[in-house]
Amino acid sequence: MSWAGRTGVRITGWTGERLLAAASRLTAPLTSPSTPDDYLGLLDPLLSARHPAGRVTAVRAEGPAAATLEIRPGRGWARHRAGQYLPVGVEIDGVRHWRTYSITSPPDAAGAPITITVKADPRGRVSPHLVHRTAPGTVLRLGPPQGEFTLPEPPPTRLLFVTAGSGITPVMGILRTLARRSPPAPDVVLLHSAPDPHQCLFHAELADLAARLPGLRLQLTYTRTDGRLTPDRIAGLCPDWRQRDAWVCGPAGLLTAVEGYWTAAGLRHRLRMERFRLTPVRPAGAEDTGGRVRFARTGTETDVPASATLLGSGETAGVVMPYGCRMGICHGCLVPLLDGQVRDLRTGEVHGEPGELIQTCVNGATGPLVLDL
Amino acid sequence: MATAVTAVPDKQVDLTEELGRELDRIRSEVVAARGADDARYIRTVITVQRGLETGGRLALAVSVLPPAWLAGTAMLTTAKILENMELGHNILHGQWDWMGDPAIHSTTWEWDFLSPADAWKRTHNHLHHTYTNVVGRDRDLGYTILRMSPEQPWYPVHLLQPLYNALLAPVFEWGIAAYDLEADTVAAGRKSVRSFLGDLAGLARKTVRQLAKDYVLFPLLAGPSAVPCLLGNLTANALRNVWAHTIIFCGHFPGDVQTFSEEQIDGETRGQWYLRQIQGSANIEGSPLFHVLTGNLSHQIEHHVFPDLPSNRYAEVAPQVRELCARHGLPYVTGPLHQQYASMWGRVLRHALP
Repeated sequence: MSWAGRTGVRITGWTGERLLAAASRLTAPLTSPSTPDDYLGLLDPLLSARHPAGRVTAVRAEGPAAATLEIRPGRGWARHRAGQYLPVGVEIDGVRHWRTYSITSPPDAAGAPITITVKADPRGRVSPHLVHRTAPGTVLRLGPPQGEFTLPEPPPTRLLFVTAGSGITPVMGILRTLARRSPPAPDVVLLHSAPDPHQCLFHAELADLAARLPGLRLQLTYTRTDGRLTPDRIAGLCPDWRQRDAWVCGPAGLLTAVEGYWTAAGLRHRLRMERFRLTPVRPAGAEDTGGRVRFARTGTETDVPASATLLGSGETAGVVMPYGCRMGICHGCLVPLLDGQVRDLRTGEVHGEPGELIQTCVNGATGPLVLDL
Repeated sequence: MATAVTAVPDKQVDLTEELGRELDRIRSEVVAARGADDARYIRTVITVQRGLETGGRLALAVSVLPPAWLAGTAMLTTAKILENMELGHNILHGQWDWMGDPAIHSTTWEWDFLSPADAWKRTHNHLHHTYTNVVGRDRDLGYTILRMSPEQPWYPVHLLQPLYNALLAPVFEWGIAAYDLEADTVAAGRKSVRSFLGDLAGLARKTVRQLAKDYVLFPLLAGPSAVPCLLGNLTANALRNVWAHTIIFCGHFPGDVQTFSEEQIDGETRGQWYLRQIQGSANIEGSPLFHVLTGNLSHQIEHHVFPDLPSNRYAEVAPQVRELCARHGLPYVTGPLHQQYASMWGRVLRHALP
């Protein structure tokens, strides 16, 4: 699409959006207690501004266990900055699950498609679904783009990116943004590690970018043959690392080592890091032991024994808890879970994802957890 | 008339706990099975409801034409019934919370009914469903104005209860809104004046929105059809009120349904709670369409045993609960609408007298 064409779409989209917003405000008293949004969402989920959604327009395999999803966002979704991640709501068996994935496309006009690249974790529930069982046309819910692992404006003149595995995804968004600038990229070093060439995400595109952009130096490390990236190797591969602003994304081990190294050199302020957000893993055997519960707002902490409810334990610890029937029927005691997992004391089922509303009167702790109360 | 649940032989206690375990098992099976089909069901009902509401509003906009008035009023009545019963009541129970969809969730849903969702959730989900048919605890037992059991004290005003029960039906939502304010508990000192005034303000705000929509804005937009449009909206609200009153009263007040005393629920176990829910509720028999229009409250027994299971699952659970009752020698009160309705009225008339 030409630049003029793109501008035209943007203005039409902007006007259309303003008209729709005005019409929604005018008709709101007619749809009370629902909202015009609820009706628009029935015509097309992408028209709902209250619950932003996007439609998958293409799915491209990236090797055997990863895929890039191209998503056209609908109303109410804010533009992202390169390097940010995106909360994605995926419905599986009628239940919505939220995960975050780095956006790999450069920021574009509102409404333009964005891409995320997802690696399937065979133990996970959501990533294999997105990679192997998501067809074009699927509607995904979208949260607001988040994260500070971004490129400042204007970018610094000398940059260093250190990535491992799917840690390349946010950096890919940044590289693609840099590649479009004119003049394109300043002085960039990218040190990326993957198990082997076959499992290296964006292998061909990275080589192409390195060939096209004179300022980009690419150094690939294959852990099967070369071993892992360590701070010493980073310093060896990029001797002027002290003179560069650094972005590091990868497994926790790499981040901890790098953070210590940069801090020791007094350069922590030039380092930006992005941690993987992993699916909560249930600690082995924790269901028999209860767990320590922290109430984020009040700051209270308490140990919840195996058979005790979160409601009862919270009240004993002096936290003012919402409550109702105290037997799991009225949903009057719902509290958002921030971290960890809970166990339904009626069925023994272990469940819980960040943000899920928990019935505290029939759920107990399974391992450490945090409640938004 | 109530089964004594205190000081019963050990064998009886064992059987009650056995009943509780079997009901827990049925519940777990449904929880494990619910999935994409259930999600599709509730979204279909929402789509049909909003389609009917839109169609009804459009037809009433040209309701100077009598056929448009009839069609519009019929569609709007059906939409309001679906919205209150199969959607509002059940979503507010948290029956669809498991989907994790913020648009279909007990914490965010607001319904097309006068009483604000929050007030309803407290008096209905918590108080009524926990203390079902306990005299002195379940305010739904006659809604503080009707005498429905011999254990409730008789006052001369109860002589008029057949009259005011009949008058209540077409304005049921106003009755419920006033009832959810719990003025009687403020008088008794169990609810603070401050929280009463907060509830009153919430109700006032919602009342303005509800009345403005049905009796000012849509009639004004209908132009030459303003008066028939207003009458159509009034009819739809009144018919929905009569329907809700009928279904709800038939769920707890047919003649064979039992009531309980506060002493009986002292130290009640989960099994005994289940037993009380079964003995304190009554089903209504009918077609699948009838069940949907009652919000599946025609499966009142199953709803009271499993108030937060998705309503579309009650029909498949009902035969299992009924078989369980037969095995335990428990009454399972059920019958067609006309029979339950007559029985309910018999009870209203009987207890009007001392």
